Amino acid sequence: MKAIVCVKQVPDTQGKVAVKPDGTMDRAAMATITNPDDLNAVEAALQLKEETGCEVIVVTMGPPPAEGMLRELMARGADRGVLVSGREFGGSDTFATSQILAAAVNKIGVGPEDIVFCGRQAIDGDTAQVGPQIAEKLHMPQVTYVTEIQKKADGLVVKRMLEDGYMEMKVQTPCLLTCIKELNQPRYMSVPGIFECYAKPLDIFDYNALKDDPLIETDTIGLKGSPTNVYKSFAPPVKGAGMMVESVSQLVGILNDKHLI
Amino acid sequence: MDFSLSKEQQLVQKMYREFAENEVKPLAKKVDAEEYFPAETVKKMAKLGMMGIYFPKEVGGAGGDVLSYVMAVEELSKVCGTTGVIVSAHTSLCAAPIFENGTPEQKEKYLPKLCSGEWVGAFGLTEPGAGTDAQGQQTTAVDMGDHWLLNGSKIFITNAGVADVFIIIAITGIVKDRKGRPTKEISAFIVERNFPGFSVGKPEDKMGIRGSSTCELIMEDCIVPKENLLGAKGKGFALAMKTLDGGRIGIASQALGIAEGALDETVAYVKERKQFGRSIAQFQNTQFELAEMKARVEAAKYLVYAAALKKQQAMDGAKVRYSVEAAEAKLIASRTASDVTRRCVQLFGGYGYTRDYPIERMMRDAKITEIYEGTSEVQLMVISGDMLK
Repeated sequence: MKAIVCVKQVPDTQGKVAVKPDGTMDRAAMATITNPDDLNAVEAALQLKEETGCEVIVVTMGPPPAEGMLRELMARGADRGVLVSGREFGGSDTFATSQILAAAVNKIGVGPEDIVFCGRQAIDGDTAQVGPQIAEKLHMPQVTYVTEIQKKADGLVVKRMLEDGYMEMKVQTPCLLTCIKELNQPRYMSVPGIFECYAKPLDIFDYNALKDDPLIETDTIGLKGSPTNVYKSFAPPVKGAGMMVESVSQLVGILNDKHLI
Repeated sequence: MDFSLSKEQQLVQKMYREFAENEVKPLAKKVDAEEYFPAETVKKMAKLGMMGIYFPKEVGGAGGDVLSYVMAVEELSKVCGTTGVIVSAHTSLCAAPIFENGTPEQKEKYLPKLCSGEWVGAFGLTEPGAGTDAQGQQTTAVDMGDHWLLNGSKIFITNAGVADVFIIIAITGIVKDRKGRPTKEISAFIVERNFPGFSVGKPEDKMGIRGSSTCELIMEDCIVPKENLLGAKGKGFALAMKTLDGGRIGIASQALGIAEGALDETVAYVKERKQFGRSIAQFQNTQFELAEMKARVEAAKYLVYAAALKKQQAMDGAKVRYSVEAAEAKLIASRTASDVTRRCVQLFGGYGYTRDYPIERMMRDAKITEIYEGTSEVQLMVISGDMLK
């Protein structure tokens, strides 16, 4: 049994946001973190490992430095990593990315009991599209916004958190779950985990490794093949400090002074 | 000397920082104000392998290195000096002497439980009449044939209230020294908390590191199994001194962390605090004070890390001693901690004197690093003794 977790390295939004002249984000110039929801997905997989002894594989698409993130996740307890990396993949939108990740998951191999975990959405794009699209490509059932997982003999009982309530459902494996922060509290890296993580296996899947996979149409990946493109990226203007007004008359006075009323 | 951190050291440092910020810092005020021993933090650290960082996996350790241990004490102490010394005393003063001197059976019995944090460790050398004059021991251990009988007391023992295992130094007889004069023969023992005749006294009410459990140990006809003699009979004093060499690196790391933590708090504060219509960070006095303190902290850091690397060489099998490096690191780091925290309180002004800010706690916590595991004066003796030998 395997738990395959798709993760993304995203800019640390606590730091400065750098934008390239073409409007896309200058990721190399920004500090990066593991996407927060993806940490919940990894934690869910690690808890499943503690319960069942399954293998946990972390997969990411990104430039070579994304290996650092995979090593950190292996230091938390993941057994091995897969780095999907190639210039041909650069600039992919969610449609293109999900094809590539689906092909990578396919190459790892999905068995009848396996579960693919994703975070709900990444904090840079906030689309929440990649997980569901991977499931569609792989023709497997999916449950989004997962807040509770119970392993049963004949599949999983999963609780979804929706805006106005919960939904509990049964799902058969293999399946894909997208996880939210309410699902669990991600663990820290452990000291022994850190001293082991660079000895754990890491596979690199480049363009040649995935291009012949039936899930990939090679003319619909990368920046050129993506049906959507980033028009512009910018940091929102910083709001100045607010002020507390004591009374309505004071507020009206201020607005009047500024010729707003 | 190469101080660039390995990939693994960078990761442990990152993990310690996150852990200290999220788990240790929120408790620090309570630990000080209520003399609260943060048992839940110890449990969490145990789970992450922080109670046996530099011991090999074969004995239950995390398989890390000495610098990774030093950085743990440093990062914890940045936000809570008490939490830093819990790890330091446990690791350097209890697990280390068993690892370095224990029989295979002793290692097998004690190290996995100490490294996993299931057991907490402590070390008893100091007595009411034997502080810096460690030869002035009064505690005795008498060979009763099938066991040792210990009598005496120890004071100021870090972790005492919570520890399960204690390294106890005691007199095992009178022998003649090289010049034929009678002298005390000193040996070391591994004593478990529940051994008959062993008890822990009341905790000290301290100026700083108030959550650290510092108590008296009392041994009244305490029965210790024969196999719990640690190291050779009569070699206890050397064992204690070598253990303290390692312990001093831990305390130096604690001092370094306290100084760094105080500087972090102060840099944030001087940017916020306004006087004469601008932040006090804009005054040259503030800037020069910060710069002076930063340079001193960095200097201390190099000494501490250098001592850690020297101990690592010894761990790796090289025939090197690190007594002088450890003494230098502790002397400079502890004085820096006291100096820096005092100056930081000054930059905080009146607010720094209140308990609304952590800076006065850091100043109180810093002072002990000049006193325990050998006062600064003992470090001067170690360093000059080596120069003049």
